[in-house]
Amino acid sequence: MDAFFKTEHMAVGYNGQALIRDISLSLEKGKILTLIGPNGAGKSTILKSITRQLALIRGSVTVGSNDLASWPAKQMAKSVAVVLTDRVRPELMTCAEVVAMGRYPYTNLMGKLTPEDKEIVRRAMERVHAQDLALRAFATLSDGQRQRVLLARAICQEPELLVLDEPTAYLDIRHKIELLDVLRDMAREQGTTVVLSLHEIDLAMKVSDYLLCVKGETIYAYGKPEDIVEKHIVEKLYDMETGAYNPLFGSVELSRPQGEPEVFVIAGAGFGAPVYRHLQKQRIPFATGILFENDVDTQIARELSAHVVTAPAFEEMPRRAFEEAAALLLSCRHVVDGGTPVGSLNRLNGELLRLARERGIPVTEKL
Amino acid sequence: MMNKTDDMFGSLARFTLVLLVLLALLLWCLVLNVNTGSVEIPVGQILRMLWNGAVHRQFDSSTAGTILFRIRLPRVLLAAVLGGALSVSGLLLQTFFRNPIAGPFVLGISSGAKMVVGVTVIFLAEHLRQAGAGMLIAAAFAGSLMITSIVLLFSQKVKNMSMLLVIGIMVGYICSAVTDFCVTFADEQDIVNLTSWSMGTFSGADWDSVKMASALCAPCLVLVWLMSKPIGAYALGEGYAQSLGIAIRPFRVLLILLSSLLSACVTALAGPISFVGIAVPHITRTVLKTSRPALVIPATFLCGSVFCMFCDLIARTALAPTELAISTVTSAFGAPVVIYMMVKRRRQEAD
Repeated sequence: MDAFFKTEHMAVGYNGQALIRDISLSLEKGKILTLIGPNGAGKSTILKSITRQLALIRGSVTVGSNDLASWPAKQMAKSVAVVLTDRVRPELMTCAEVVAMGRYPYTNLMGKLTPEDKEIVRRAMERVHAQDLALRAFATLSDGQRQRVLLARAICQEPELLVLDEPTAYLDIRHKIELLDVLRDMAREQGTTVVLSLHEIDLAMKVSDYLLCVKGETIYAYGKPEDIVEKHIVEKLYDMETGAYNPLFGSVELSRPQGEPEVFVIAGAGFGAPVYRHLQKQRIPFATGILFENDVDTQIARELSAHVVTAPAFEEMPRRAFEEAAALLLSCRHVVDGGTPVGSLNRLNGELLRLARERGIPVTEKL
Repeated sequence: MMNKTDDMFGSLARFTLVLLVLLALLLWCLVLNVNTGSVEIPVGQILRMLWNGAVHRQFDSSTAGTILFRIRLPRVLLAAVLGGALSVSGLLLQTFFRNPIAGPFVLGISSGAKMVVGVTVIFLAEHLRQAGAGMLIAAAFAGSLMITSIVLLFSQKVKNMSMLLVIGIMVGYICSAVTDFCVTFADEQDIVNLTSWSMGTFSGADWDSVKMASALCAPCLVLVWLMSKPIGAYALGEGYAQSLGIAIRPFRVLLILLSSLLSACVTALAGPISFVGIAVPHITRTVLKTSRPALVIPATFLCGSVFCMFCDLIARTALAPTELAISTVTSAFGAPVVIYMMVKRRRQEAD
């Protein structure tokens, strides 16, 4: 498909001074591009340049067949809508009136709303589940409600390109998901192209077709979420420890406890995860095993511990793994039995438990 | 279904009601202002004289007729036009600064206009007698723009609105000091005029000033009303306004020019009048329960007219035969409204 939104060697910044240079990307119609990166990296600067709040320092941006630099403001307003981080507190404006502002480019000199305009406003409010707020004063809303109303305002501008600057800030988890669901629906159903910035990398992975990692003077990385994950770019982007971000779950963990393991956790099949997290909160370094490579416990254990004994999946655990685990277990002053049932494939875990008892290492059954 | 969407925007019933009440009050104030004073003129006689004047072009030359046509009628009409203009000027400043506590008086703009007018009167007095109201308005306009640009300069440095107000008030004091300084050099005759004028008064009103005020304010007000749509969108902030296709810079310049022109007109013809610019738009919005500019602008004008006519009546009659300065009365009514607003805003911010 042809590119609908395209930037070529775009340089953005303030007062003629380029902060980020050489941004070249292209996006097909109906795709979602998310900007991620640490605070102050320039995500907002890029978004403001795309929406012409800031002048481009160099390069060009095209939306559809229009060049951003020469696009008449009134035409652009019919194609590009925004949700900004600006604090909006209009006095005595109802939500319906705020949403109806989205019809601005379409109404006459005095801004009279036709019945069609009102119908579009009503549908936009329904879309974000804000129809009950129509007559409420905008200033009295909670942050989450405000964000929904502002999204409805952008929707009823009927844009081809929707630009949102950190739309999920201040929202609780349910409203974050609802908002991103609406964006996905718009992208799929109306073919709206969406460019947004997010702080939640886990959600960014799930909502985006493309990710733009912003850090430093040029863009750090650009590509599909899968590719970004594979190269461990997310950790580097935020200067985090390797492993702190789990690409499979899209989840993050607090940093792992440092030092020699004090506790050995016998786990598997998800029984270990709550134990690991508990120990992590107490800042107790631990070792764990024997886990199959494909076990959910393995994913989390690797983020929280440097001492994870694993075995190939779908076959009996090898003796070599047992010896490695036994050595670790004997160096610990405590053993926790996660409660994983012992069967034929993982019978060595049962032996580990027996070994601990024989050697008089205290064993706790499930925390 | 269509009904449901219509309900979302409320109806015009409230606006119509408020408009009718304001028109009734306007008429009532008009009659009361013309009718009361040291010489009481019965309403019947007023109507008869007006009828003869309007239809037969015969102007009563009796004492009552002279008082009516030469003094009271121009005065009340001037109060109505300028009161409305001042209120709309305040409304524009509030739009511009996106803050309901902005107004030409608190931001020092009226004092700036007063200063330049004062300097003009004192140092160019001889030329002035020929030039008249036009020259005064030009001087006031120059003063308004000058102070507005100074306040604007500061507004880029201080984002905090309270600080901006303090700066405005300080600038106002500096202007007043300069004016007082100049008065020291003035002729005695000029001082008498200046002192009463600088306190604000409608007492010097004549038909020329009414014509001048109307000719200047009417086009400004029409233009302001035609800007209702962008004014409404601007309430969402510059970012959103820009994304809706509004050319921000020309819009802001136009707002400031119109606001300055309106308040300059008032300052030149009646002196600085305090608190009308803040209090009246606030009262209007509160009564209308909306901030839709297409409705608020005309209602603010009417409300301002009524407010100033009423205050002028009190200024004239409260301690008759001594006249109070108009600002004395407008402050007494306007300042409490401003205090109330500040307290209310504080509480909202705390939430």
